Amino acid sequence: VDFPQAQTCCGQLHFNTGYQKEALSLARRFVRVFSSAELVVAPSASCVAMVRDFYPYLAEQGEDAALREEVNVLAPRVLELTEFLTRLGIEDLGASFPHRVAYHPTCHSLRALHLGDAPSRLLRAVNGLELVELARADECCGFGGTFSVKNADTSSAMLADKLQAIVDCEAEVVAALDTSCLTQIGGGLSRRGLAVRTLHLAEILAAGAP
Amino acid sequence: VTSFPQAARVALRDEQLRSNLHLATTTIRGKRAAVVAERSDWQELRDAGAAIKRRVLRHLDDYLVQFEGAVRRAGGVVHWASHAEEANRIIVGLVLGTGAHEVVKVKSLTTDEIGINDALAVAGISAIETDLAELICQLAGERPSHILVPAIHKNRLEIRDLFREKLGVADLSEEPTALAGAARAYLRAKFLEASVGISGANFAVAETGSVCVVESEGNGRFCTTLPRTLITVVGIEKLVPTLEDLEVFLQLLPRSSTGERMNPYTSLWTGVTPGDGPSEFHVVLLDNGRTDALADQVGRPALACIRCSACLNVCPVYSRTGGFAYGSVYPGPIGAILTPQLRGLAEAGSLPFASSLCGACAEVCPVKIDIPKILVHLRGRVVDESLSKTAPERLVMRGLARAFGGPRRFRFAQALRQAFAVDGRIRRVPGLGGWTRSRDLPAVPGQTFREWWRKR
Repeated sequence: VDFPQAQTCCGQLHFNTGYQKEALSLARRFVRVFSSAELVVAPSASCVAMVRDFYPYLAEQGEDAALREEVNVLAPRVLELTEFLTRLGIEDLGASFPHRVAYHPTCHSLRALHLGDAPSRLLRAVNGLELVELARADECCGFGGTFSVKNADTSSAMLADKLQAIVDCEAEVVAALDTSCLTQIGGGLSRRGLAVRTLHLAEILAAGAP
Repeated sequence: VTSFPQAARVALRDEQLRSNLHLATTTIRGKRAAVVAERSDWQELRDAGAAIKRRVLRHLDDYLVQFEGAVRRAGGVVHWASHAEEANRIIVGLVLGTGAHEVVKVKSLTTDEIGINDALAVAGISAIETDLAELICQLAGERPSHILVPAIHKNRLEIRDLFREKLGVADLSEEPTALAGAARAYLRAKFLEASVGISGANFAVAETGSVCVVESEGNGRFCTTLPRTLITVVGIEKLVPTLEDLEVFLQLLPRSSTGERMNPYTSLWTGVTPGDGPSEFHVVLLDNGRTDALADQVGRPALACIRCSACLNVCPVYSRTGGFAYGSVYPGPIGAILTPQLRGLAEAGSLPFASSLCGACAEVCPVKIDIPKILVHLRGRVVDESLSKTAPERLVMRGLARAFGGPRRFRFAQALRQAFAVDGRIRRVPGLGGWTRSRDLPAVPGQTFREWWRKR
């Protein structure tokens, strides 16, 4: 396993905000940094969706045929963490986490990568973990990158409903596959002084592991 | 022009509106999901719908001319309108020519888009909306706030009070049957008096010159059959090649919109037939920005929309702000990609940003419009075409792109963010007030993953 220190950002922020030129140069950078890897595993569903679903389009729009070709080769080798574990046939990592956990399926993990119940299955296999059901779980938390700033009021209204669902299910921890969504949810929890913690799924899978 | 964030801010304060919307969108969402799940061939139907629409848009010029010829042969008159004013001029002229002072209308987004009611009013002609929910909006002096359920923002008590006042029924109860009864009594008289009907069209068949209106109440059918003169406004994108193609859309539309297996009143007429229905039939083919959308290769699929409103009902933004915030007859996700293309980015440039790109809309769209992709594309056009070269946002985004240009600069940016941290969280960042009004930001941890990895 290698963590190339040259990596920075996949460019999703710029792409989704309308800065395609900037996104294109970040995409070129990503491809350059990772093209020699056999597999690329990312702990973010939205970044993986960016690479797999939008890099080809970005290269096409930017009329960069060379990038398009490199992306075609690299993109299928870019996997989200639970996709990677599922591909290896791993469901139980021997982790232990005796807490009430609500899983928030992020939009990209659900509707772009179609991960289905793979993340929940990983959580259920964790020792002592009690998975509680989140009402309207598939609804967006309101983050949406710069949407959260440009449309702060709407974003906050969406977040308020998500926080209410979290409070209602009496979870101690909210887990998700995207740090961005966790930043939104965690930011709201922190501002309201709620004691619920946000954790990336990977942090739970690594907890108390042998 | 009020931007979406400004308008949404006002709408979000209305608790009654939010609770009405939540209840209504949740109900329709559930009904749709149930009837869609019944069809094992739903994905194939969607593919077929998308393919037909793609073909129509690619050969629109041919289909339009074919349609024009077919309408003429069937005894109808075809008018071409390149924009709203021209369409209104044509329609007002036609109504004045009949000597009528009142027209009855079928629920129609296209006629709302061109503002025909106002244009008719200027000419001394009153237009009576005959769809129950449209009538509610008209009596309340409001615009519709939903494509399918125009009065979704109103609950029964609000409607009862409105009818008591405007229809003069003093002891009206809020029972749905009583409310519908009051509207029926009022509208029946209007249907019997009217000599001109105005409608939009859900579909127009190029092969036969037929026009199709899909509605639930039967009031539309009164308007299209009783008056002597019928005027139908058709957006040029509403064509389908053949009658057979309707089979696909008449399955997709009711399940996606009202959550019904079959639509209650599907009216289909072709030109004029002596002794049966209107003796004069006019079609106004409307462009009004549609050819601009057609010219945009990425934005074009927005024209495939069949106005089912499934995307509104699943949208987490729409279900909180309601339709008024979109400042257009086309609200919700489809409005966010259609309105800017029809009206121009200068006027509606905030709409493509009115989405968290959650993707729920694309998942339910019966003609598979990739709404998030078009939203992002239009955002790019806003940045390239209408955002000032020195806009603070542009400078910030450029700065960030530079910071992401290498690991050293990236680490520096992280250190910069750390400067705002107090007790492990960030409560205020200059320029990020939108975020910090309701949320904290986590501070960068004492040791970043990068550092941990290097030292491990």
